[in-house]
Amino acid sequence: MSFFRRMLLVGLIGFYAPVNHAEMSIEITEGIESAMPIAVVPFGFQGSTGMPVNIGSIVNSDLGRSGYFKTLDEQNMLSRPSTAEAVRFNEWQALGQNYLVIGQVTEQAGQYNIQFQVFDVYKGTQVLGYRMTSPASELRRTAHHISDIIFEKLTGNKGIFSGRIIYITSQSQGNKQRIHQLQVADVDGFNPQTIASSPEPLMSPAWSPDGRQVAYVSFERKTAAIYVQTLATGERQKVAEFPGINGAPAWSPDGQKLALTLSKDGNPDIYVLNLSTRSLTKLTQSYAIDTEPTWSPDGSHIVFTSDRGGKPQLYIMPSTGGQEKRLTFTGDYNAGASFSPDGKNLAMVHGNRGDYRIAVMDMATRTVNVLTEGRLDESPSFAPNGSLILYASRKGGVGYLSAVSIDGKMQQKLVFDSSEVREPAWSP
Amino acid sequence: MKLNRTILALAISATILTACGTTDEEELGLTDGSQSNAAGINDASTSGFNNGSGFSGSEMGGGFGSAGGLGPEFSDPSNPLSKQTIYFMLDSSQVQQDFVPVIAAHSQYLLANPGQRIVLEGHGDERGSREYNIALGEQRAKSVASMMKVQGVSDSQLEIVSYGEEKPAAFGHDESSWELNRRVELVYQGN
Repeated sequence: MSFFRRMLLVGLIGFYAPVNHAEMSIEITEGIESAMPIAVVPFGFQGSTGMPVNIGSIVNSDLGRSGYFKTLDEQNMLSRPSTAEAVRFNEWQALGQNYLVIGQVTEQAGQYNIQFQVFDVYKGTQVLGYRMTSPASELRRTAHHISDIIFEKLTGNKGIFSGRIIYITSQSQGNKQRIHQLQVADVDGFNPQTIASSPEPLMSPAWSPDGRQVAYVSFERKTAAIYVQTLATGERQKVAEFPGINGAPAWSPDGQKLALTLSKDGNPDIYVLNLSTRSLTKLTQSYAIDTEPTWSPDGSHIVFTSDRGGKPQLYIMPSTGGQEKRLTFTGDYNAGASFSPDGKNLAMVHGNRGDYRIAVMDMATRTVNVLTEGRLDESPSFAPNGSLILYASRKGGVGYLSAVSIDGKMQQKLVFDSSEVREPAWSP
Repeated sequence: MKLNRTILALAISATILTACGTTDEEELGLTDGSQSNAAGINDASTSGFNNGSGFSGSEMGGGFGSAGGLGPEFSDPSNPLSKQTIYFMLDSSQVQQDFVPVIAAHSQYLLANPGQRIVLEGHGDERGSREYNIALGEQRAKSVASMMKVQGVSDSQLEIVSYGEEKPAAFGHDESSWELNRRVELVYQGN
């Protein structure tokens, strides 16, 4: 993917700090003041060649992007210890740090031994320490895994750095032709792999709950069809190709069913397709547009978009059918809903006076909080620990992916150079 | 217009996302009792394959362009048949008065040529959510189809597909592009 090579890694909180990797761009545009100060010292290295991947820098960037941590810029460090004996806690106390991460990497016959330790700066004690071995090809993933271990230990929440994201890119081929690609990458946008590509649009990728399959819409035959593709093998099955719309696939939490939108009977309605029996159940019967189903994490309810009231708004109904109730009443436009993993929050595209932004509804109080400030924000998807919402945004003609913490206080963006990026979804 | 058939192959490559035990891990010191499994995840991009069956697709013109293969009236700017795009207001699938004569002219042509088929491609602008825009694009195409049917055009001559915001005609991000993208393209088939 030559265009991915042109992605550039830049920036941390407010100032640009170019990092030594020319693949993509992560920019934290807003940080949280209450974030925990943590210093990640560049890892020491012993070996014949250079360190192929800067593990300390990846861990530093992961923790900084999480919204939970405020990382210390390397140039402000007074020393750079890589062993416990070399740590002088008073230095780190003076720098206002709560935690300190040190590590070293030793190359041995093509394998890399990585050891890292986390210290509580004020108590002067070790919080955790690990030693692990990794081949060169796995070093980035190992670094993300280290970030997960640290994050989980210090916050009590599950780490999200070794997950994946899926998204669609669209690139002009000149001559009015475009190439649409479905890609899977690490959550920081590295290691993108194309899993499907077509001259006609691809849309609406959705992870199966076990993360092994992806459902998506393809127009490759000049009509819409829904496919389910197994990531490990690339095999896929066409699961819906009815006349009209075949769209918006959403997996049931047990992975047995897909909710989807079909217009074969006239209007777009919500259906549930049993993937093993292929039986189809029609859930909505309105004369309006009903689309974009999403399951509550307990599988009991489905939220969907409908314009039955004149404008698109969100409605909720039992997933086995039954009474449909309107959920959203603020703004001109609420659509494209997505539940948080605990079911307590619902993210949506919230349109008001021509601006389309990401908002979150607290399901208990039904209050809606607008989190973003873009004009064309769409496709919200929660991180598996519920802490961040990934979405697609656009500014100045550039489409990019962005993430916002669910309190709206931390914002970051991933800029992919020279192609349209859209419809991100975070792996379970 | 000549149907320019091309074979469109859909390439799918495999991505191994399952965990493989390529990374060993042990704990250091006397700290955390629980030791999570640090199995790395192995990315193996196996060779992609082309779907052997391929797909037949058509190059579709539509829009303002002349419809080669159809009569000269399709490229005469004073003839309503030369207009093959119907534009819509924001979030609306109602046909505006200006386009009623255009749809009527195409209906007359289809009535006079019962073997002629047409695809009504519904589109929307980029604002709002993508699947909702698919639904909106379909409603726009259906509005045009129902006007044509009222004028006697046979169902069998009409096909509808909605691309929502996925195939913009204009690539800007302001109203001047959006108004060109809220549209139904009348795409004559065969000939």
